[in-house]
Amino acid sequence: MNKLFISPSPHVYEDTTVKRLMFDVVIALLPALVFSIYFFGMGAIIVTLTAVVSCIAFEWLIQKFILKQEPSITDGSALVTGILLAFNVPSNLPIWIIIIGSLVAIGVGKMSFGGLGNNPFNPALVGRVFMLISFPVQMTSWPIPGVTRFTNWLKPISAADLDAVTGATPLGIIGNNVGKVLEKIDVATGDTLRHTVTIQDIYNGQVVINEEVVKTFDQVPEYASQLLGNIGGSIGEISAIALLIGFAYLLIRKVITWHIPVSIIGSVFLFAGVLHLINPEYYIAPEFHLLTGGLLLGAIFMATDYVTSPMSVKGIWVYGIGIGLITVSIRVFGVYPEGVSFAILIMNAFVPLINMYIKPKRFGEEVKNGQ
Amino acid sequence: MLKTFPKGGVHPAEGKYSANSVIEKLSLPKTVSIPIAQHIGAPSKAIVAKGDKVKVGDKIAESTGFVSANIHSSVSGTVVKVDKVLDSTGYKRPCVIIDVEGDEWNESIDRSIELKKEISLTDKEIIQRINESGIVGLGGATFPSHVKLSVPDGKKIDVLIINGVECEPYLTSDHRLMLEKAKEMLVGIQIIMKALSVNLALIGIENNKPDAISHLQNLVKDYPGVEVHALKVQYPQGGEKQLIKALINREVPSGALPLNVGAVVHNVGTAFAVYEAVQKNKPLFERIVTLTGKSVKKPSNFMVRIGTPVTELIEAAGGLPEDTGKVINGGPMMGKALNSLEVPVVKGTSGILIMPVVLSARKKESDCIRCAKCVSVCPQGLEPFLLNKLAQLGKNDKLETNAVMDCIECGSCSYTCPAGLPLLDYIRLGKSKVSQIIRSRKQ
Repeated sequence: MNKLFISPSPHVYEDTTVKRLMFDVVIALLPALVFSIYFFGMGAIIVTLTAVVSCIAFEWLIQKFILKQEPSITDGSALVTGILLAFNVPSNLPIWIIIIGSLVAIGVGKMSFGGLGNNPFNPALVGRVFMLISFPVQMTSWPIPGVTRFTNWLKPISAADLDAVTGATPLGIIGNNVGKVLEKIDVATGDTLRHTVTIQDIYNGQVVINEEVVKTFDQVPEYASQLLGNIGGSIGEISAIALLIGFAYLLIRKVITWHIPVSIIGSVFLFAGVLHLINPEYYIAPEFHLLTGGLLLGAIFMATDYVTSPMSVKGIWVYGIGIGLITVSIRVFGVYPEGVSFAILIMNAFVPLINMYIKPKRFGEEVKNGQ
Repeated sequence: MLKTFPKGGVHPAEGKYSANSVIEKLSLPKTVSIPIAQHIGAPSKAIVAKGDKVKVGDKIAESTGFVSANIHSSVSGTVVKVDKVLDSTGYKRPCVIIDVEGDEWNESIDRSIELKKEISLTDKEIIQRINESGIVGLGGATFPSHVKLSVPDGKKIDVLIINGVECEPYLTSDHRLMLEKAKEMLVGIQIIMKALSVNLALIGIENNKPDAISHLQNLVKDYPGVEVHALKVQYPQGGEKQLIKALINREVPSGALPLNVGAVVHNVGTAFAVYEAVQKNKPLFERIVTLTGKSVKKPSNFMVRIGTPVTELIEAAGGLPEDTGKVINGGPMMGKALNSLEVPVVKGTSGILIMPVVLSARKKESDCIRCAKCVSVCPQGLEPFLLNKLAQLGKNDKLETNAVMDCIECGSCSYTCPAGLPLLDYIRLGKSKVSQIIRSRKQ
């Protein structure tokens, strides 16, 4: 007779593995990748491939030569980080910047804390924010959809190149203009006429003072374009529909639960909605916030990162609402038109605290205390 | 919407291969080894010695306290010795070893098969008879049944809950019992109701046994106060606290017993044993055991005399499959892996599960990715990832404040962990350390 295996119960296991979860996330990201390749062409492919290859390579090199561990790149987590990093940058970003970003994401964001499971911050966002701060010009020059990546990728992009093919993101147009005061001296009377730019002016595409156009704006896209992704922005954030398809897949495969995305999106909608009700001239409608600036990408794929989100459902609500409020605050009151990345990183920092103080409700606990 | 418990839970593959196998009487073995500690509580004391002749149903070991149980001979024959024998716990424990000669029953046992519905004993006499007959919880926990029926002064029980859930995958002994011994079981339930003086008994059955549910629903019309409730399939619904919550939405306080919320839970098998003890004066010396597994030729449900070696059951079900990797006493979620197939069937053996080699190894371990799946499946609302870490670090004070003692060891956390971490292994270690500390504090 064979020798019998002896082990404590349970003796059966769910077939879910870390690898399967990671590859499910990759599958869920594919629709967004397809949409961005359609809109940004080769640029999206080049940026994504560069980020993925360099993230995996850096993880392997660090594990092999610095940490002297058995490399664990087959678990798919570096692949996910690479794709998410690429999804958070413009499709014309120079390759060398992507490689530096990948090194920071994997090296600083993940491996320096001990690898998968130990990092306090989402590695892809660490890389993204590093690039945003270090290379602000390249990181905020958004190719207009339909214009493919051009010639020399290794050459730093000049201002002239940028103007030719880039446009601001919808949030950028609003953030940079609404609330600004425009002046014009009236020739007839010599008075200075002032006009504060409103949301309506942005939609009109121009500001008219005394029957003269004093400023024009890039067209803010229709909601339909935003749903499809025919707008300026980072590779992965532009198409709301593609991201929602990915969300549905993650829910069906039980990779994530609905709590984090819904708490973030819900709180953004409520907070932005209250501001819009108070003053619709200066605060754009809440649904605009939902469809722009990587909110869906962040809420569905970045904030839900297992390692850096809270363990209990109650904690998740605190975390999600926190991200929602900080996002809207940065977008509306801050200097950056876009706030999701910072909001997630800030709430990542609170996760250990949330886990410490917000515990799941134990079975029979309340009854015991009530006695 | 079917009722179920609200927090956590998993749904492992059911694998109930033996669900349609009619209960067969297993032929008598040549020798039986009957452990004198088959229950939770104080071990009994053997009252027979080498050379004694015993009949089926004779008492061979005596209860040594309130939480203890009598043991009866399951065969007729001669006591060979009282010696330590390897049992399903993996340790050598004192057993009464009897050579089987014929099948002569103690004369006081009523061997007729007619259903006896009238309950002539009083509540005190019922509890006394159950105590005398050595009945313990047959769902697997083997807690002496008379203890559960002796309600302390000041506590009021208003509902009896009968556990027909059988949430463990593979096992079908309770399922077959509900189909084949339903009337006897229902009388048993009424006996328990009388002992507890309650007017309501709820039988909880998971929805994967529709035949048992409809069969019992037809029968309960003749048994006033007994109701059948279908429950959504969800492990570990057979846990006492989960079942009470599912059926009557009462939450047993942390660290307390079901009687604190006015409920007492008994297994369907126990109810049948109570019927036999009270109406037929038959002590507990045999039980239904499922012998099953993916590669088993003939997955079966056997009526087995206590003390029969597991090998006899395996032979009767077509022999040990070639690809056997693991043999489990009980179900796959909470059962114990056996290190020998000679161990005897005891009162708590609800099934023997034979796992092929390919399903016997554990999942490969990797680092915790803090996915919180263990937290979401824990039916007790604990944080298994944290308890695991604390137990590894030996932080016993923190283990206690994080309620490690509330763990019911259902194994849902280890089952679901995508990183393949043996969470429950460490939590059990932590639990035993903490319970030692709590006990030493009381002294």
